[in-house]
Amino acid sequence: MTADASTAGSLRARSLASRTLPRTVLAGAAAGAVAVTLLLFAVTPLQGVADFLVAAAVLVVVSVTGLTLAVEGRRRAVDRLATSGALLALVLTLLPLGFTLGYTAYRGGKRLSADFLTHSMAGVGPLSPRGGIYHAIIGTLEQVLLASLIAVPVGLLVAIYVTEYGRNVFGTAIRFLVDVMTGIPSIVAGLFVLAFWVLALHKGFSGFAGSIALAILELPIVVRSAEEMIRLVPASLREASYALGVPKWKTILRIVLPTAATGITTGVMLAIARVTGETAPVLLVVGNNNFIHTNPFKGPQASLPLYVFQGAGSSSNLDVDRAWAAALTLILIVVVLYVAARLLTRRNSLVGR
Amino acid sequence: MTAVSTGTDAVPLREVRSSRRGDRVFSGLTLVCGALVFALLGAIAVFLIVKAMPALQHDKSSFWTTKIWEPDSTGHYGVASLVFGTVMSSLLALVMAVPVALGVAIYTVEYAPRRLGRMLGYLTDMLAAVPSVVYGLWGLFFLLPHLIGTQVFLNRWLGWIPIFAGAHGDVNTFSKSVFAASVILAIMILPIVAAISREVIRQVDPAQKEAALALGATRWEMLRTAVFPPSRPGITSAVMLGLGRALGETIAVALVIGNTFDISAKVLTPGGNTIAANIANRFGEAGGLGRSALIASGLVLFVITLLVNLIARYVIYRSGVQERSAAV
Repeated sequence: MTADASTAGSLRARSLASRTLPRTVLAGAAAGAVAVTLLLFAVTPLQGVADFLVAAAVLVVVSVTGLTLAVEGRRRAVDRLATSGALLALVLTLLPLGFTLGYTAYRGGKRLSADFLTHSMAGVGPLSPRGGIYHAIIGTLEQVLLASLIAVPVGLLVAIYVTEYGRNVFGTAIRFLVDVMTGIPSIVAGLFVLAFWVLALHKGFSGFAGSIALAILELPIVVRSAEEMIRLVPASLREASYALGVPKWKTILRIVLPTAATGITTGVMLAIARVTGETAPVLLVVGNNNFIHTNPFKGPQASLPLYVFQGAGSSSNLDVDRAWAAALTLILIVVVLYVAARLLTRRNSLVGR
Repeated sequence: MTAVSTGTDAVPLREVRSSRRGDRVFSGLTLVCGALVFALLGAIAVFLIVKAMPALQHDKSSFWTTKIWEPDSTGHYGVASLVFGTVMSSLLALVMAVPVALGVAIYTVEYAPRRLGRMLGYLTDMLAAVPSVVYGLWGLFFLLPHLIGTQVFLNRWLGWIPIFAGAHGDVNTFSKSVFAASVILAIMILPIVAAISREVIRQVDPAQKEAALALGATRWEMLRTAVFPPSRPGITSAVMLGLGRALGETIAVALVIGNTFDISAKVLTPGGNTIAANIANRFGEAGGLGRSALIASGLVLFVITLLVNLIARYVIYRSGVQERSAAV
């Protein structure tokens, strides 16, 4: 402790009564722990990168906490331990994200090409390395578009009812049910459409059946984000409009919605990103198709997530490779939507972040 | 609220009437859409029940206690092992995901510099946006082989705990299992739990935190005394919502679980199944009764997730915490 009295931060280091460790000592302890781990792995039969990282992390935490306990006391030691825990949690969160995106980019990147994006699986034999996802992209785009055409207007109107008109028991009940709807598993939405559309109404498999299921999943997300944005519109804007004699419905359509438009668009894009990757409902009601089939209302259609799922379950390496490339395409679509939505948020004057 | 009809610039009476009609039409339209939400949830319940009835009536053994699933061949089927596997894998996933999610939420709000915190928020939300089929593909081809070492390790050193018991140390006996499914589920629900917890922790009154620090508390003591108590209901509901998501997750689990019908707490050994995964794996080959049986199992899943979600929402509403996140 006498050594750090001469450093620049000596005043802070000697805060009040307790003795504190300078950062250099802590960093040294951590480095020492890593060195000991290296030594351990060099002289004992221990091996493996993952094992090394785990062992090093444990030793670093133990040595830093132990040192703090010895010099600064129990309270500071517990505090350091908590900090290490939070940092560790951060690493454990980012690792799977990095590995998932990285490995998908690695495996998918090998197969992804313009040719892959612009060809369907029509006439591709079991041993042919050719073929692509054009038909699946068309299917997914149509299904998601149709789902959004249902979910977005209905969702907006529900949000308007809940925020502008439904200040009563009914409105509260709807809010609650929308919250409950966000928790419906996607496979249950698929089963519902199967029971209702395919089995009860005998409509058969089609892209549109998938759209209904996706719309059910998209609706609550749209309602909640739109509701939140509409609530952020200042009351003074509405009052100014009323004072000018504008009726309520026109105020909502001309003043409230345009003001909240950016935020609502963000919410819609996030909702679309969510349902684009939904596989379970599509698996149950869209059927499958290797050919380009542009009519979503009649006959089985292909879909990008379904393509990945079936490739994953295939015993052919060619199918698996194509599945990875399709997965990469899917991730790219979702990430582009996601980033665009985030960039849009920055321009949102209602959200002061 | 509508225009005043006196004064020089008065709006003509006809326009006032038409705007009133506009109001009525518009509010009626929104009301219809609101009622649609009611109708939709009702329809989901009704149609699932109607289409599940044949399977529930024609089951040659008890639907609730039978472990096998052979509706089209022998007519014996039941959800016992499926419900067990669903609950088991989801609870294990919670055990793994919740501490990490809370840690990262706390780090994002309390430790990270503001800019880094915001970026971490985006990143964890992005983790939630990755489609489940991609996690499934990744889990099947990347995680499963890399998990074997962990499974051998757990089995060798912690094998005396019943859930880690099983084939001793033989690497080849580890493959698709409840454990693998739980790890994938944990990765998938982590961002959801983290996102909601983050918003809950962010809402804690800064005055409380500053007071704790001013009294000489370390950062951990501040968290324990000023942050955790008020955020407990919000975090509880975040965990419940994560549980709901895990219970219903289909595709990723379908790809990494053993697809067998036994009730075994030995999570490391190959096997296991969940309601949702069973639907995804069996749907293609299912005939008339098979489909009905799958719908019946889906109905069970619907009820379970509905209960979990209702409890979560109830906790939120009672505590008055406003949770909001794009990830949910």
